[in-house]
Parts: sequence; C-alpha cells; structure tokens
Amino acid sequence: MEKFKTIKSNAIPLPMVNVDTDMIIPKQFLKTIKRTGLGKNLFYELRYDENDKEIKSFVLNQDEYKDSQILITGKNFGCGSSREHAPWSIADYGIKCIIASSYADIFYNNCFKNGILPIKLKDEEIEVLLSAAEDSLNFTIDLENQKISYIENNTQKEMPFELDEAKKNCLLEGLDDIGMTLNKVSHISSFEEKQKSSNPWLYSQTIK
Amino acid sequence: MNSPKTIYDKIWQDHLVSDNDDGTSILYIDRHLVHEVTSPQAFEGLKIANRKVRRPEFTLATADHNIPTMDRDKGIDDPESKLQVETLEANCDEHGITFLSMADQRQGIVHIIGPEQGFTQPGMTIVCGDSHTSTHGAFGALAWGIGTSEVEHVLATQTLIQTKAKNMNIQINGKLPVGVTAKDVVLKIIQTIGTAGGTGYVIEYSGEVIRSLSMEGRMTVCNMSIEAGARAGLISPDRTTVEYLKNRPFSPSQDKFDSAADYWLSLASDDGAKYDKVIKIDADEIVPQVTWGTSPEDVVSINGNVPDPAKISDSEKQKSMFRALEYMGLEPNTNMTDIKIDKVFIGSCTNGRIEDLRAVSKIADGRKVAEHVNAIIVPGSGLVKKQAEKEGLDKIFIQSGFEWRDPGCSMCLAMNADKLKPKERCASTSNRNFEGRQGRGGRTHLMSPAMAAAAAIKGKLSDCREF
Repeated sequence: MEKFKTIKSNAIPLPMVNVDTDMIIPKQFLKTIKRTGLGKNLFYELRYDENDKEIKSFVLNQDEYKDSQILITGKNFGCGSSREHAPWSIADYGIKCIIASSYADIFYNNCFKNGILPIKLKDEEIEVLLSAAEDSLNFTIDLENQKISYIENNTQKEMPFELDEAKKNCLLEGLDDIGMTLNKVSHISSFEEKQKSSNPWLYSQTIK
Repeated sequence: MNSPKTIYDKIWQDHLVSDNDDGTSILYIDRHLVHEVTSPQAFEGLKIANRKVRRPEFTLATADHNIPTMDRDKGIDDPESKLQVETLEANCDEHGITFLSMADQRQGIVHIIGPEQGFTQPGMTIVCGDSHTSTHGAFGALAWGIGTSEVEHVLATQTLIQTKAKNMNIQINGKLPVGVTAKDVVLKIIQTIGTAGGTGYVIEYSGEVIRSLSMEGRMTVCNMSIEAGARAGLISPDRTTVEYLKNRPFSPSQDKFDSAADYWLSLASDDGAKYDKVIKIDADEIVPQVTWGTSPEDVVSINGNVPDPAKISDSEKQKSMFRALEYMGLEPNTNMTDIKIDKVFIGSCTNGRIEDLRAVSKIADGRKVAEHVNAIIVPGSGLVKKQAEKEGLDKIFIQSGFEWRDPGCSMCLAMNADKLKPKERCASTSNRNFEGRQGRGGRTHLMSPAMAAAAAIKGKLSDCREF
C-alpha cells in the first residue's frame, strides 16, 4: 500500500446522514473480480439518471469538485454491507480522505486497508467544514500532525483530529498487515497446538 | 475467584494469539465462510504475494449472491456473474477448499448453510466477507462480517488483527404476544437503539423471550445486529443450542460431543458480568412491525401510520424523513394497512429457514395471492427446499399463487435477475430497505414472513393476526 502523504485539495460537500454502502456503490458493480475501475460508478444512482446521463445537480458532477481528494459528509457514513467495493470505488475516484461525525465499523476498518483516512469530528465542526467546502476552499490534511487547515477570509483556520496510533502508523507507513502477522507465525502455530489439545473437536471435523 | 465475564469476553480470551504493541490483538479465526462476491480480489492478493491458504479445512465456500433462482439447468446467463462464480470454484480447487456448487443440494445462502451443516458451533470465532455473518452469533459464536482485505488476511494467516469492542446487553423480558415473531423483536430493537446504536459494541441478547426462541428465531435476531450498527450479536448457548447441533454433518463426533457441549454451556455469560450498556425491552410492547422508510430504523407497528416529518423538531432528521417519504412515494399519516403492494419477497439469510416457510404456509393455506401481486418464495438452502417439499409446503405455496424458487440471496440485494422495477413496492422478509437495495427506485417494506404472506394475500400491508 502507498504511504499516506499530506493532501491539498478542495472538498466535496455531501450533507447527508446514514449514507449506506448500496448508495456508495450499487450491487450491479459488485460482479467484478478486480479492485480497480470502480471510481466511475461511485454514488452511481445519485450521480447518473436512468439513461446513464450525469445528473448535473449532484455534487460529483460539478466541475470544481471533479478532482477533489476529500469528502465531507454526515453521521454513520458507510453503514450497511461489508463490501470493500465501497472504499475501492472511493479510492479509485481519487478521494483519499473522508471527514464525517461517525462511521459504520466495517467501512471504517476497510478504509485503512485501502489508504483512505476517515477523520471523525464533532457535528458542529462538520457544519463549519461543509460550509467551507461549499465555497470550494482548499484544505490541507496533515496526518502526521493530525490537523486540517484552510484559509478563509485571509485567516488561517486549523482543526485538530484524533486518531488511533496504530491506524495512523498503518497509513503513514503503508504497512502490509498480512506480512506483519506472518512474522508472528510461531505464535499462531503454538496457539493451534494448545487449542487442539483443549478443544480437540475443532480439529477432527471432517468435511464430507 | 475470577471476576464474572460476558460470553464475548470469554470467547475473546480463548482466541487471543498475541497482543500487539499498538493496542491491537491477533485473534485466531476458527471458521471462515467464503462466497463469490467478496473473495476474488482476496485470492488474487494471495497469488500476487505467493501465499497459501493456511487452513483450507476450516474454510467453506459457496455461491449465493449472484446465482439464478430459476431455470438453473441453463446455467448463469449474466457473463459477469458467471465469471465470478467460476472464479470462486477455480480458487477453491486450487487451494483445496470445499465448495458447495449450485448443483449440490447443500448449496444455499452462506449464513443458512453454516448452521445447517453444523459448521457453526458455539464458542467459535467465525468470519465471512458479508455483514450478515452476525447470524451465527445465535449459537454463542463470535461471528462478524469483514472486508475483502481481511478475507485475504484470514486465508493467509487464519487470524485477524482486532481491537476489542464494548459489551452491550439487550434484554427482552416477558412473553411475546400471539402473532409476534423474532423479526418483530429485532425490528423493535433497531427502532429503539437506531442504526448506529450498536456501533463499537458486541450485542448480547438475553431475557425470557430470547431463551424461548428456536435456533431459527435466534438467527433472525442476531442476523440484523448489523442493522443496529453492531458487527456482532450473540446469545449464550443453552440446551436448545446443543439439541440443534446433534447429528449435523460437521458437528463434533459422538465421542467428543459431550465434552464439546460442556465447553459450549460453560461459555454462557456469568451472573454479575459487567456490560458497558444495558437496554431492556418489554415483550408486551412489541406488535407486528413494518418499515415505512429507507433505513431499517424507520419502523412502525402495523396499526400505526406513516410518520409526519412536520412533527419532528430535529432539522437533520426532518430532512432525511422528507427524502425517505419522497423516495417511498408515501404521504404522512397514511394508515400502514392502506399501503398497496406490487411484489412480495420471502427469503434471505434473515428469514429463509424452514420455520419461516412454515409461518408463510399457515397464512397461505387455502387462500390466494392478490391478483395484482407477484410473490416469490426463495428458500435459504437446498436442504430447506427439500424439507419444505417433504412437508408439502411447496404445494400450498404454488396453489396459493406464490412462485417457488431455487435457493440464493435473490431479491434481498437484487444482484441476480430478481429485482424490483422503479416505483414497485415490495413486502419483504429481508434485512435492508435502503434506496435501490432491491432494484433502482424500488420501494421496500421490511417485515416478518407471516406479515409478508398476509400482505401477499390482501395485496396491501396487513396485520397477520387477522388471519
């Protein structure tokens, strides 16, 4: 995974709550056997009409947001299914950071596996950022120092954010979880030995 | 004496491989269920890194999301769906994983076949690249849905990196009124705590009502834990659990069964165990429930009305209610029983088990599906289908005008040909009423199997207690 670098971009305002994974990437795009190429279908039913024509009023179709790397949205973002196609489509579109007041657990976790930084802020902070995003202001997301900054009316504004240290490192270093776990393979083997003697039925199950 | 523990604490402790320096833990995964939609990229990742599947014998795969529910002998029409299913089969072949194909009678929805085969057992950690993996919690297993990167992690290491969740206890006390089922209980729970209420928690369901539910009913409740925001929901094992597991194909062999059962029963939460949050719901308050909107928390009783956003003070909530009503094509204050439907879907990992089909047959027997309604019944597995046919339920369904299909996820998520057209309204026993879930522009009302059957007969949302 690529290392997470400081982002400088304007932000897409999406003032909706409970945006679910069916809305982020509808089921017809889950038939792929690849991780890439989903960005064009991100928010498909909000973004295109029944004849696949762009709906001009939807924010992703507005010229100033076409290259944005940040999405600002409401609470419980990413609720619904476990489909990793949701963060894949977001990353493939080019969005590297999401800012919301809360996330569904599985989606939140999936973001870190795909180099996306999901920032949690208070509802009132989201309101402030949404309004700056609607004015198409440029934001800087500095993960190392855990702060969002932007200039509004010639004034430098800063907003700090909290993040679990392990998750932060995972993004900054672009770490491969599987490789790290496999470094502890001896722990896994000894766990299996121990479990096999305490709960032997787990190991004698034969699949007929 | 050790301090009292919850079942979640005990299972966590029994699966801890090691604690990492950063506060996360490596947890052993006993069983892994795999399906065609969320696995191809995981197998591809293994191939790129030249890694093997660590425990193919602890892994069980089937195709369920993408497959047709009729004319199966003709194979899969859609080339993309076909490729996805073939890819799964090839990956299973290559790595020595058991794959139950469409032609196998044991095939079905992954969360129906795990329990049915006895692959799901108490005290296990079970994962699958599917959010409704919480279903298996009904057995007192710690079971949760994961993304594809984590599917790859489990395939390669048989472990996951996890952070411990908080404990929530939801007690349903008293006795359920007649006509009220497990589905109504879980819809009531979601209405009470909201779709983000369980975020960060593992929910343990308890109380007299939960104890009196069959394993099928318990699965329905645990299944929709994710709709309440919790990745996992579980129920302490008891004699009902042990009885269910006797003589299943993957259950412990005769000589080991009793010691396994002793272990299972020892996992039940201890008296005095501490929970971070406790919710109590009185069974008397629960009536047959239906959803009116586009979130599973948008629940009302069948004798209620479509809510009126004008009466809501929270402006954010009001805005999303207006949006939901517009999408659903509903006017505020309409009686729920005045809402006419076009389709009925009975099935899914929430309500595709034999008990659900029996409930439908009781309502359907000797009656006819309303003329303007198209109603389909999709059993959860080939074995559910076989059992229903043995009991003659298929004849009742067909005589009443229901379509009797082959097993799969079908119109729950509409990845195959079974879907709603724009503005079509469906009484559905599935788990999500999101915009577009059952087809673009489709309108979903969630409810129990008995309620969906009643809606099919009357042609509009109806109270199953009147049958």
